[in-house]
Amino acid sequence: MAQVKVKSVLMTGNQVVVKAALTVGAEMFSGYPITPTTEILSEWAKEAEKDKKLIFLQTEDEPAAGFVMVGGVSMGKKAWTATAGVGNVLMQDPLSMAEAMRMPTVTYVGQRGGPSTGTVVYSQQELNLTRMGGNGEGMRIVYAPSNLQELYDLTIKAFNSAWKYRFPAFILSDGYLAKSYGEVNLWPLKKSDIVPTESAFLNPKKQPNNIRNCFSQEPELYNHLLEDFADFASISEKVAEAEVIGDKNSHILVCAWGVVANSAKTAVDELERQGISVKLFRPITMRPFPVKELQKAAEGVTDILITESANGQFGRIVRETLYGLLEAEIHRLYKPAMGVMPEEIQSKIREVMR
Amino acid sequence: MKSPRFPDTIKESSKPSNFCPGCGHSIILKNIGQLMADMKIEKKTVFAIDIGCSLLAWDFFDVDTFQTHHGRTTATALGMKRANPDAIILAYMGDGGGYAIGLQNLIHACYRNENITVILANNTMFSMTGGQMAPTTLPGEVTNTTPDGVFTADKPFYGPEMLAREAHEGAYIARAAVSNPGQAYSYMKNAIQNQIDGKGFSFVEILSYCPINWKTDAEGSAKFLEKMKKTFPLGEIKK
Repeated sequence: MAQVKVKSVLMTGNQVVVKAALTVGAEMFSGYPITPTTEILSEWAKEAEKDKKLIFLQTEDEPAAGFVMVGGVSMGKKAWTATAGVGNVLMQDPLSMAEAMRMPTVTYVGQRGGPSTGTVVYSQQELNLTRMGGNGEGMRIVYAPSNLQELYDLTIKAFNSAWKYRFPAFILSDGYLAKSYGEVNLWPLKKSDIVPTESAFLNPKKQPNNIRNCFSQEPELYNHLLEDFADFASISEKVAEAEVIGDKNSHILVCAWGVVANSAKTAVDELERQGISVKLFRPITMRPFPVKELQKAAEGVTDILITESANGQFGRIVRETLYGLLEAEIHRLYKPAMGVMPEEIQSKIREVMR
Repeated sequence: MKSPRFPDTIKESSKPSNFCPGCGHSIILKNIGQLMADMKIEKKTVFAIDIGCSLLAWDFFDVDTFQTHHGRTTATALGMKRANPDAIILAYMGDGGGYAIGLQNLIHACYRNENITVILANNTMFSMTGGQMAPTTLPGEVTNTTPDGVFTADKPFYGPEMLAREAHEGAYIARAAVSNPGQAYSYMKNAIQNQIDGKGFSFVEILSYCPINWKTDAEGSAKFLEKMKKTFPLGEIKK
């Protein structure tokens, strides 16, 4: 195998996302400033100033940013946006449309504490919103990075999955990761590693394309949805990803995602050093959810600790996935819009063991 | 007698149209179809339409068409244009979508001098939902949400005049009416030419009939449109 030239650099989370987007061939960005993802706009603007082929537009609001993105995608551009919190709420309007029309879009979300404008550092409260969106069925692909390197890797994956499967894709991050500063390996991509785009319109070889998101007959929409559900089901096993670390035979399972999973990893390592065996299940895709991986990880466990920076949004997914399969006791460490420290996870596990 | 031929841009299967008898959309759309054929732009045009009655034109033309909602047609259209500056992008919407829920997108597209053409049909109300008050509702006009003409504003919303204030040099803004399709045709042609010439934002408001919600017969519709023309002066407002 040829040696791949990897560049190791120090960067913030938001800078990492922009670098990854450029690596995977993003060409167009439209957005509206909101903490903690504002630097995506300023970083992309700098890049677009240098490279005249890149398109940048700061819009009047989030819906406009989203609809401009979908307009760009429909004309064959690899377009994306970034948002957070109340902006993510507004963004659901264009993203629902993208879902309805099977437009591949990429949205980077820096979760904020909620409800409403809340806070800006720790939060995993945009999980339901990002996974399920508006008045639809959540035909979306949601990646959840837990550290800076994954922010790079999963942003690249989000773009490729969006254009490969034609469902809106998301990188579900948070303020903590967006503003973190650290070392990242920027591995390059070969052209064949990048999924190409195609314009929906003005294709001289094709008949004119009439696309709509409003139907006049119920069966029309129903049949359209059945096709989408079938497509989503068929990609789910290919797309769903998780990692399980720690002692595979442990009777204690910790479930965590995003930066909280990073905290949980530290806790699991520390406990291991102290001779306490624990395993961690951490979903990499929040949608489609790695159902089989969680069910396997939970086999034979007596205690499950679910921890998150929300009040059970993730916990409900875990419990639904394991419903009827086990008799383990469920323990919760829910801290909505607060960080979860490794020490807290450790002491909770000690409590469980007592 | 030979009947006048429909332009080739109009899809045969879309006839008869889904619009109510006497609706102004059919007149405007036929004009747009004729224009695309006359200007020979049908192969490079994307027609972007809104929700409301205009959405019934989603498969009206043998031309690439994108239907969205809530006046976001403007934002979608300018996203298309920025992605592909060689394309001609026509956005089509009603007064509810353009002046109420989608005004933010419309005025900023104008303010940024986005090189797209927006055609807006003004019939003084939200029609698809059954005739509710719109920003364009005339003082004292009876609608579904202004019974006996109460709750209307002292003056209606002057869209083109407002846009003209924020428009850049080179923008084209006009108001026409379906009762004078020749004038509407030439204003729309000027607007599209403006885009082709790369001069920036172009906008034509067209006063249009809605007999079903106005609850008017043919004569009543004609009279109501005359009343609208007295309130909303026709002409080229910026060129």
